[in-house]
Amino acid sequence: MAVIDLANPTRFLTLVDRVLPWLAGVTALVFAYGLYRVLGAPDDYQQGATVKIMFLHVPAAWLGMMGWGVMTVAALGTLVWRHPLADVAGKTAAPIGAAFTFICLVTGSLWGRPTWGTYWVWDARLTSVLVLFLLYLGMLALYWAAEDPNRSARAAAILALVGAVNIPIIKFSVEWWNTLHQPASIMRAGGAAIDASILIPLLIMALAFTLLFFTLHFAAMRNEILRRRVRSMRIMQARSA
Amino acid sequence: MSPFLALLARDMRLAVRVGGGALMGALFYFIVVAMMPFAIGPDLNLLARIGPAILWLGALLASLLALDRLFATDHDDGSLDLLMMGAMPLELAVAAKAIAHWLTTAVPLIVITPVLGLMLNIDMSAMGWVALTLLAGTPALTFIGLIGAALAVALRRGGLLLAVLVLPLTIPVLIFGVAAANAAIVGPAPFGPPFTILCALSLASLVLGPVAAAAALRQGLE
Repeated sequence: MAVIDLANPTRFLTLVDRVLPWLAGVTALVFAYGLYRVLGAPDDYQQGATVKIMFLHVPAAWLGMMGWGVMTVAALGTLVWRHPLADVAGKTAAPIGAAFTFICLVTGSLWGRPTWGTYWVWDARLTSVLVLFLLYLGMLALYWAAEDPNRSARAAAILALVGAVNIPIIKFSVEWWNTLHQPASIMRAGGAAIDASILIPLLIMALAFTLLFFTLHFAAMRNEILRRRVRSMRIMQARSA
Repeated sequence: MSPFLALLARDMRLAVRVGGGALMGALFYFIVVAMMPFAIGPDLNLLARIGPAILWLGALLASLLALDRLFATDHDDGSLDLLMMGAMPLELAVAAKAIAHWLTTAVPLIVITPVLGLMLNIDMSAMGWVALTLLAGTPALTFIGLIGAALAVALRRGGLLLAVLVLPLTIPVLIFGVAAANAAIVGPAPFGPPFTILCALSLASLVLGPVAAAAALRQGLE
């Protein structure tokens, strides 16, 4: 089945109905295995049991950024190919990405209290994630402000692209500040700096959270399509009444 | 006269005449900066230390204030539709409007900055450099705000939505603007690197802003 076949929302809905239970099941299984591995992972010699927060914090940070990536691809789909489902995908990715970014901020804050001795510092990484969260909130505000979903679609797509250009700039600009958060320790030259006993559960949890992201995203897309159908039915009903 | 210059002159005339908002931004800037010592206290040493941050925040808020008017009035009276149908590329028309906006709102603000710096106890010898950072950075604020103004008018919503959309995007400008101003006043970091990055941000937004804003107008008002 080609991507263009999915342009038909009805066909997309039947596909989602078929795939979603399996996706949800696989997500639950990977989560169960990941949590089992997390409970079996050793405590950090310095941080003790608080290192377990990482298994929630790091995947949430990755997915918060991936959410904007999904929105950027969807924005191209809206503006370039006028794909009818692209706006649905972008609109529904925004709250999910915002939620993961929020989880990242909250867990990071709770992790920072025992290890750094403070809930919040104005450090480069924390600040850039906070700005990402603010951009998500702006995007949600844009969707709330528009009455007609077709009108908000293009505007949101342009904002998503502008944000995609700006996020690296914001990231590098705040990197100028003196920084407390550790630098990247998994995707770096020379291999990961984490022991395998912690790295492997982390990667499994990251996979589980990514599957969760897509499960939620597909479900939200289905709901959005149905919501728009209800809206147009109401308009037709009002017109004929 | 080329269409570009004609539009520029028209927008500037509209801004300085009755009902235009040319000096409103500078007045707002003056009031915001003058309010700060009431909130912080009249400690001159403290004011000197945070003076550049106050000036930059004031300039950022003042540039937001007038953005609403950039397209809204033209949209209300229909002249925006004429611009969109005209022979001049919409990107160029939008850029002309933004430059006129910058000349009428940002330039007066930069002109009064030395006086305000005096009130904030900023070293006189560094005052020229602080004004220079504003001169280099405010075009970026205007051209980033241009995108937000186009999005807001396309959605027929102005005001707070505009601020929510634009403010997070201006963070790099604020960081490098204050960094350059601080470097000029107290050092010890060199003035050059943050200042050149500030110029780069302005130049990049000068190119990207009109393209994105024209796209937003075309998509939103078709």
